[in-house]
Parts: sequence; structure tokens; C-alpha cells
Amino acid sequence: MSDKFVVGYDGSVAARRALEFAVSRARAQGGTIVLAHVLEWSPYSFLTPSELEERHKRRREEMARAEEAVLAPVVAELNDSGVPVESVIRYGNIAEILGKIATEQNAVQIIVGREGYSALEARIFGSVAGTLVQTAPVPCTIVP
Amino acid sequence: MNKTKFSAALAAAGLALAGAPAFAQEQAASLDDRVNQIFADSTGWFVSLIFSNFPGTSFPWIVAWLVIGATVFTLYFGFVQFRAVGHSIALVKGDYSDPNDAGEVSHFQALATALSGTVGLGNIAGVAVAVSIGGPGATFWMILAGLMGMASKFTECTLGVKYRNEYPDGRVSGGPMYYLSKGFAERGLPGGKLLAVLFSIFCILGALGGGNMFQANQAHQQITGVVGEYPGWITGLVFAGLVFAVIVGGIKSIARVTEKIVPFMGILYVGTALIIIAMNYHLIGWAFGQIFAGAFTGLGVAGGMVGALIQGFKRAAFSNEAGVGSAAIAHSAVKTKEPVTEGFVSLLEPFIDTVVVCTMTALVIIITQQLVTDPQTGLYLLNEAGTGVQTVGGTSGVGLTSAAFGSAIGWFPYVLAIAVILFAFSTMITWSYYGLKAWTYLFGEGDAKELVFKVIFCVFVVIGAAAQLGPVIDFSDAAIFAMAVVNIIGLYFLMPIVKRELDSYMTRLRSGEIKKFN
Repeated sequence: MSDKFVVGYDGSVAARRALEFAVSRARAQGGTIVLAHVLEWSPYSFLTPSELEERHKRRREEMARAEEAVLAPVVAELNDSGVPVESVIRYGNIAEILGKIATEQNAVQIIVGREGYSALEARIFGSVAGTLVQTAPVPCTIVP
Repeated sequence: MNKTKFSAALAAAGLALAGAPAFAQEQAASLDDRVNQIFADSTGWFVSLIFSNFPGTSFPWIVAWLVIGATVFTLYFGFVQFRAVGHSIALVKGDYSDPNDAGEVSHFQALATALSGTVGLGNIAGVAVAVSIGGPGATFWMILAGLMGMASKFTECTLGVKYRNEYPDGRVSGGPMYYLSKGFAERGLPGGKLLAVLFSIFCILGALGGGNMFQANQAHQQITGVVGEYPGWITGLVFAGLVFAVIVGGIKSIARVTEKIVPFMGILYVGTALIIIAMNYHLIGWAFGQIFAGAFTGLGVAGGMVGALIQGFKRAAFSNEAGVGSAAIAHSAVKTKEPVTEGFVSLLEPFIDTVVVCTMTALVIIITQQLVTDPQTGLYLLNEAGTGVQTVGGTSGVGLTSAAFGSAIGWFPYVLAIAVILFAFSTMITWSYYGLKAWTYLFGEGDAKELVFKVIFCVFVVIGAAAQLGPVIDFSDAAIFAMAVVNIIGLYFLMPIVKRELDSYMTRLRSGEIKKFN
């Protein structure tokens, strides 16, 4: 069985760097890429009644947009370059869900980029990379 | 009519005290008066019909209607509101939610949105009205009505989810108009459609009354209490502009900010009330004594024990809307395969709204001794008009609550003013949606049709802020209770369906077929 690398991918420049790093690892070890796109979501947030009515519709639209605009181009690109890839879209807390995906997929590593917030910003708002370091169930690489 | 005269007299006294008002102010005040007069004249008949008494008594039939409804549901579902509370909390926490449904409407979100429509001025101003007319004893009946109302809410919200509409474009919505028409058809009963139409008409009136004018009116009173007197239509225009921006302009940021601050304000309100109660800990026993004694003897208030009971039940129903059917509209969008789960969640609503928040308001008013008693007899003194208990500052409604909090914590009326304005605003947004759903049920969907309702809604914000409390509160109560008349008739016919859902769910829960995910 080939090694799986979960890459947190949101289309940003930082995520792109993480993806490139992961691809080079996967090539070197003959592994596969799991492209994970997590939409930040809390079941305890507050919505207006009309947002409740449209939630299911919006979710469908958000997932379609993520699939189309964020994941599909990368999947096509990797397929062309011969790296095996699969993609996942989920809702939830980003770091927590990346950890869950890694467990489900029996991945060997999680790879994420970082935005380079200052220490103060990260302390106040929290950061995905920081949380992953604390909680990831498998080794985690943070690509600067 | 008495109440109208009383509030007019109060307003006149207020004007006299303010000294010689400027000419412009006088004109503006007379515009307010005119709006008030036209409004009172045109709604009087409806109010009298809903609040007419049983022949030969002073007991309004509508109060009995709500209480009997809540009692029937409580007994029929075997005190579900006490048996299921643990499971309700587990559902709200998300213990039974499928992780694959993340991103859909959670039980918590449906409950929070429904609560933002009910927690509001009813809890702050309505309770003050209840204790100033019915005395402390009204609190006892209010809590009792809140506990019973949990069963009514359970019934209507289960049906709301069961008969909701899932549109092809992915929108999900429902409410009494849909369970009345679909549910009656399913059981082969006639008249479902008629009830649904009646419900929709009353729901539109309720949205314009309790969900709008009452809110605007009390928000204005609260603002004038802080910054001084000025004409109500000015507040009305500002509110109408903001509501318009959200419901017509689709400016979500305003609504989102409100939705985030409102829960915080709610917690702050209850927290402050607890602090004031703790500061007066030596009076807690006395306060509960007053509540129990007043509940059964009246302690000299107008109308005695029956007066306390009527006020308590009325304000509880107005505040938590159990049996009214409004919350079923908000709850029906939840993501669940089991309609009864939303019933379990929704029964927490009257508990939080009435048993917790309303009781806090009442306790603070009683414990800070805003109600004047005769030092010799210990009975409550009536105000000059004889319509209610005399209060320290001669205030009623939100002014009384504000005075009570202010007597313990001097700066709190300012916080309360902000809270009232935000509660009023969030309640308006929620009710504009309820009204709109009823409107589209009657007239069909479509941008132009929906715009007509939204504009009418904004116009009523201005009228509500300009009119006086008496006629506004009467009309608001009447419209909301008219919804309950239709809704509860429907619930009686449809409750066997809820019972079947409940029994089947409980069996599967016990057998382990329905499992926790977390």
C-alpha cells in the first residue's frame, strides 16, 4: 500500500507551497496525495431565519464552488503529472477535520502551509498550523 | 379602554412636567397623538373580540384556551417536558448529529434563532407590565404557564419539521400553515386549508403587532428614558431604515452583528439580575413569599388572584409564544431525519425564555421593592387610576424594569437601553421572516409580492414607535393570541401523529437503534 499524504488545500499561495512539497515527497516515496479542503464551520454559530432556510442550498453551492474552483484544477494538474490524487471537501474546524481525515485515510503525514501571522495574531485568533502541531494524530509538516 | 385612558393621562402628565414644549415639538407630539387615535379606533373591535370574558366573569376566554391547550399536551405526551430534558440537551450539544451533516442547520442553530425571536421585550417589558398590574403573584402563574407551554412547543415544532417543504433549489421551510394544510389532508380531515389561511392572516397581523410595533414602541420608550423626550416617529424612521436595509437591501452584516451581540446581551442580563438578587440575598425568601402569597390571594392588587393569574398567563404566552405556532417556522429548517428531535430541542425554549429570563426580571422588580405596599397592612397600593400597583417612580413596562435594575446598579439602565434596542431589532428581523412566510403562503412567492410585505412591515415600525403603549400592547396581544386559536385547534387534530413519532423514536432510542455519534 502506498503512503498517503493529506494536504490542507484552500487555493492560497501558502497552500500551493504545501502542495508542491507534498508532491515532491509523494514522488520520492511513490505515495498518493489526499487533497483536503475544509470549509470553516461551527454548529454553534448564530444565523438569521432566512439564513436557516437557505442553509442547505448554500451548502450545496459552497461545495460545488469549492470542487470546481479550488480542487478540480489541481486534481487535473496532478493527474497529468502522474501523481495519484483524491480530494475531500468537509465542513468544520479546519485543524480538527484535517486530523480526522488523516486518521480515516490511514495517512502517514499531514502537510499544511502557513500564512505567516505574527505571534500576537496567532495567539489571539489561533492558527491552523499551531493547532495541528498540538493535535495531529500523525506527523505533521508545516511548510513556511 | 381604561388602559388607553391611563396611558393618555400618563403622557399628558409627562408633557406637563416637561414644561412649555417648543412649537415644533408640540406639532410632532400631536402627530404622534393622531397616529395613536387612528390606530386605537381601527383595532379596538379586534382586541375586544379576542379578550372578551366568559359571560358573567372577568376571565378572558383566550387565557383559558391557552392553558387548557398546554395542559392537554402535557398530559397527552406524559409530561414529555420533564422526561426528555436530558435528551434535549444531548441533541442541542450535537451528540446525535451525523458528522457528515456538518455545514447544515444544527439543532443548536435552530434553537438559537427561534430564541432570538422570543427572548426580547416580552421578557423585559412584558413581565414588568404583568407584575405592575397583577402583582408579584403573576410571577407564579407565569412560571407555571412556561412549564406547561413546553409541551405545546414540543407538539408544534415536531409537526413543523414533519410537514416542512424542501424545495428543489435546496431551501427548507415550514410552519403551521403547512402542517395544517398537509397534516389535515393526510388524516383525511376537512378544513385544514381554511385553518392555514386563517393562521397566515393572523400571523401577518402578529408580525406587525407583537413582532414589530410593540418592539418599536418599547425601544423608543427606552431611548427617551435615557436621552429625554422626543417624538416617536423619529425612532420609528431610524429603525425602519435599519430593518429595510436588512430585509430588503439584504445587508447581512447588520443582522449578523445583531445575532452575535444578542446572545451576549441575554447572558449579561441574566447575570446582572442574579447579581442584584445576590446583593439582596436576605430578601430572596421574602420575594418568593410574596410570589406565592400573591398567586393565591392577590395581596390587594386589582382583580385579586384571578387578576394575577390572567396577567401571568398572558405575559408568559406573549413572551414564549408556546401554542402560537411562530417558532415552528424557525425550527423547521433544521437538518434531521427525525422530526421529533426538533420537538425535544424546542421544548427548551419556553424554559429558557420564561422560567429563566422572565423570572429574573420579575424577581429583580420585586426584590428592589419597586411595587409600593401599605406599611400597615402589607397589601399593595393601587395607582390613582386603580388599574395596577403603584410603583416607586410611577412607571410601567420597560421603564419599570429599568428603574428596578437602576436602583441597584446605577449605570445599568444604559446597558439595558442598548439591550432593549438590540432585542427589539433581532425580534423584528425574526418576525419579519415569520410574517413573510405567512404572506407568501397566501399570495405566492415572487420578488414583487415579497417586497410589498417588507415595505408594509417597515411602515408599521414607524406607527409602532409613534403610538402609545396601551393600544399597541392590546393589538399585539390580540393578534398573537388569534394565531394561537387557529394553531391549537390544529394541534388537537394532529397530536396523534406526534404521539406516533414520539413512541417510535423512544422505542428505537431505547433499543439502541438510534445511536450517539460522539
